[in-house]
Amino acid sequence: MTALDFLRLDLPALLAAILACGTCGLLGSFLVLRRDSLLGDALSHAVLPGIIAGFALTGARAGLPMLLGALAAALLAVVAISLVRRVARLESGAATGAVFTSFFALGLMLMEATGARSVDLDLDCVLFGQLESVVWLEAQGFGSLLDPTALAALPRQLFLLAAVATVLAGLVALLWRPLHLLCFDPDYAAAIGLPARGLELALNLMVAAAAVAAFEAVGSILVVAMLVCPAAAIRLLTDSYRAQVLGGAALGAALGALGYALAGPLPAAFGQAFSLNAAGVIGTLGGLAVAGAMLLRQLRIAPPKPAVISG
Amino acid sequence: MTTPAPLAITHLTVAYGDKTVLWDITWQAAPGLTAIVGPNGAGKSTLLRAALGLIPSIAGEARFFGRGLAEVRNRVGYLPQRASVDWDFPATALDVVCMSRYPRMRWWGRVPKAERDAALGALEQVGLADLADRQIGRLSGGQQQRVFLARALAQDADLYLMDEPFAAVDAATEQAIIAVLRRVVASGRSVIAVHHDLSTVPSYFDQVLLLNGRAVAAGSIKSAFTPDAIARAYGGRLNVLEQAVAEGGLR
Amino acid sequence: MLGYNTLVVLAGCALLGLACGTVGAFALLRGRALMADAVGHAALPGVVLAAMLVASLGGNPRALPPLLAGAVIAGVLGVLSVQALTRGGRIREDAAIAIVLSSFYALGVALLSHVQTIPQAAQAGLGKFILGQAAAMRAEDALWAGGIAAFSVLLCLILFQRLRAACFDPDHARVMGLSVARTDLALLGLIVIVAVAGLQAVGLVLVVALLILPAATARLLTHRLPVLLLVSASLGALAGALGAAASAFESEWPTGAAVVLAGAIFFTLALLLAPERGLLPEALRRIHRRIAATESHFLRAAWEAQEAAGAGPGTAGDRWTPIAALAAARGWSEAYAARLALWLGLRGLVARAEGEIHLTPRGAAAARRAVRAHRAVELHLLGLGATDIAGADRLADLVEHGLPAEMATRLLAEPSALPQSPHALGPGAFSSQADTLGDSENATRQNFIVRPLRGREADGH
Repeated sequence: MTALDFLRLDLPALLAAILACGTCGLLGSFLVLRRDSLLGDALSHAVLPGIIAGFALTGARAGLPMLLGALAAALLAVVAISLVRRVARLESGAATGAVFTSFFALGLMLMEATGARSVDLDLDCVLFGQLESVVWLEAQGFGSLLDPTALAALPRQLFLLAAVATVLAGLVALLWRPLHLLCFDPDYAAAIGLPARGLELALNLMVAAAAVAAFEAVGSILVVAMLVCPAAAIRLLTDSYRAQVLGGAALGAALGALGYALAGPLPAAFGQAFSLNAAGVIGTLGGLAVAGAMLLRQLRIAPPKPAVISG
Repeated sequence: MTTPAPLAITHLTVAYGDKTVLWDITWQAAPGLTAIVGPNGAGKSTLLRAALGLIPSIAGEARFFGRGLAEVRNRVGYLPQRASVDWDFPATALDVVCMSRYPRMRWWGRVPKAERDAALGALEQVGLADLADRQIGRLSGGQQQRVFLARALAQDADLYLMDEPFAAVDAATEQAIIAVLRRVVASGRSVIAVHHDLSTVPSYFDQVLLLNGRAVAAGSIKSAFTPDAIARAYGGRLNVLEQAVAEGGLR
Repeated sequence: MLGYNTLVVLAGCALLGLACGTVGAFALLRGRALMADAVGHAALPGVVLAAMLVASLGGNPRALPPLLAGAVIAGVLGVLSVQALTRGGRIREDAAIAIVLSSFYALGVALLSHVQTIPQAAQAGLGKFILGQAAAMRAEDALWAGGIAAFSVLLCLILFQRLRAACFDPDHARVMGLSVARTDLALLGLIVIVAVAGLQAVGLVLVVALLILPAATARLLTHRLPVLLLVSASLGALAGALGAAASAFESEWPTGAAVVLAGAIFFTLALLLAPERGLLPEALRRIHRRIAATESHFLRAAWEAQEAAGAGPGTAGDRWTPIAALAAARGWSEAYAARLALWLGLRGLVARAEGEIHLTPRGAAAARRAVRAHRAVELHLLGLGATDIAGADRLADLVEHGLPAEMATRLLAEPSALPQSPHALGPGAFSSQADTLGDSENATRQNFIVRPLRGREADGH
């Protein structure tokens, strides 16, 4: 493997993996803290019809219409879930399951009906991700990293991912404390005058944005892995809000990088002609991370018993 | 009328679906320590939650100090029923107390020192200053309840609405809490608390609202907390023992 | 003309839907429906590993039984993982399900990308397990799926009493000496079996919908468990057959999506139209109630106007009442009252002339009923200790329409009598205007505020 190969094939994909998984890891903590992990599952599936519609309406695989379509679909799904919960009196898990599978099925059918599939948004992308197709063929050498024209030719997924990651990181920082309270005690947040419903909506839309941005890179089901696994692993290891949220993002990014490396480049570097689907490896590592965190938690000295002194 | 009442409710009617929980409540709380008492399902918590706008009401309104809630939000503190929070949540006692001051801080960055000190002061009031950095799940039940009391106190409000502040705490914690509430009232502020134990109403509180879907009686303990009114509020559901306690408590 | 193969596949998918509908009903009632999501996704690595194993042993990787066996093993491992993750208490079930389904699926994806490089195993066409492809099913596969489905339905019927007890009231079942834990285990087993049986037809991504949607639809339609099971099972069968048919005619369509869309359409229809809980009937009922309440307010006002004038309909003093007077008594605008009069005229309850109305005999009967119901509630409330006459009047306005008229009247001591109104009648009195709009409201409200409750409180100081 030459340096040029690395620059053209591996660097963009690696960056995409890190950005996608880091962003999902960042927001995953809020889902896990709110005991609403299935919402990640729901949103990552429910955005599909929105993406297809955005694609079909503009006819181009451009970032913005697809993102907007996806956010609209996510919003619709959230509304539908609460409606189904109320009218059909289902528990939230079942209501979520009923809604997101319907949305996903609709998306799959739309894909057939609009001919979106024939271009390049295909089933494989939805199911497995297309991390390997994020390439930078314009790179001529490390000098290209400083060359504006070559940089402009970086794959557009990277730009979308970077933009979404920056915006979401900024929003999390900006809403740091309200989000903490919202996760802990939403009723109280409303009682002391924080806009709890607005915050909840904002959080849902943020998760949806992360899901869409990461969708192309790792596929819709593995978005769930990246939303929930790093956050859950960190959840087992810390009692600090800051460590939880930042740790989730860091672990997500690390898993993304490691998973991508393990899937192909690393074996190749050792002369093994062996390559696996990168998104699959990343997701598997996510599960292993949770299992590892579980072991670590059990190995650690038992935490002090709750104090029973009172008064 | 001189100063407006801390809480004045007019014609408040609340329903969950088809079931009407509160019927046409008109009530004015006097300053001081007030208990809201009534049988299970009488709508005690609902009254507080509807007054705070946490659940929609069909009719009526609640005014705090003669104004709408939005205008005086900072003057109204709330202690929710100790129930559904996740005790594993990554937050220390101090974090929880700080939460009550979030609306008046900026939303990002470090907690300003003044706010932190105010929160520590509130923890001190309930006697938990040395446990400030402990994760909330590692506190005892009574300590947890006191942390939430401290959170309400840290709001630095003029009126506190408390939903069962004595639920599931031991006798010593109950005494500690009532002492704190007395101090709050002594400093000229008001507390309205949902309360379960009829026998302690006369010794703990100055005023009472007897509730059973409707406002059955309200006023000072002496005038409103009569065996007759209690019997009406509990509609025969009060057993002989409780009745005796209620009457005994009055004498 | 449908060939033998297509018919068998259709029948197999219908049977599969039937089984999913049956098991799904219990799973939904017990709050375990999403376990099927975890099981479905977890099955992927099992299927892929089984295909690899069979291929490496030189067998036919397309043969269904080993693949399904691999799916069952992986599915069970998935269920066990969910249980292991939640045991510590830190990770809730929702997170555990999400972790298991996504990481098992990820492993499956990674393995699948490897399998595609192995010629023998690649022939298995494992991709069809992900979204389902009934068109690719052979009669033999359909027989397998159908057989498993029939088995699970049979098991459900045998365990019916136990499952019902566990779903309905687990504590009671425990007291009765039934082992809820064992029943739960059986239910989980059933979920694994139907989820795996559904893999080839519906696909692992969407198989959970086939458990949730028919059962949720049935719950909207009925409260009785046997009926619920029947409805859920038949809707499942119908969705399965429709999806398979769609896939048979349009082989590119992912069957899973077609099946789920059919189920989703049923569910949406039920959500909108279910007689008791549906959105549309509910809205209609609300509108109907509001119209009925307004009508009875109008009729009552007409009746009370006569009473206030010292006459009753049909008596010597019976006379026409100006609409304006009724509007004033209820605080309506005159135009609104006139529209109501027009409507009631069309219904034959009032006669109209020159801005005045007169109750027809039918209208008078309806008005009398309304007045009786109102006063019955009013007096009952006063008897209960409401000291506030205006409040009782207003409360009666709110409550009486929620009660059937006979029920309201039963509150009266003497069934057929029409009691006197406890308060003065007519536009000058503070009664009846309680639900008024506009200007008169403030005046009325001041009347209410000085009520005994506050008076009593003042005594206390």
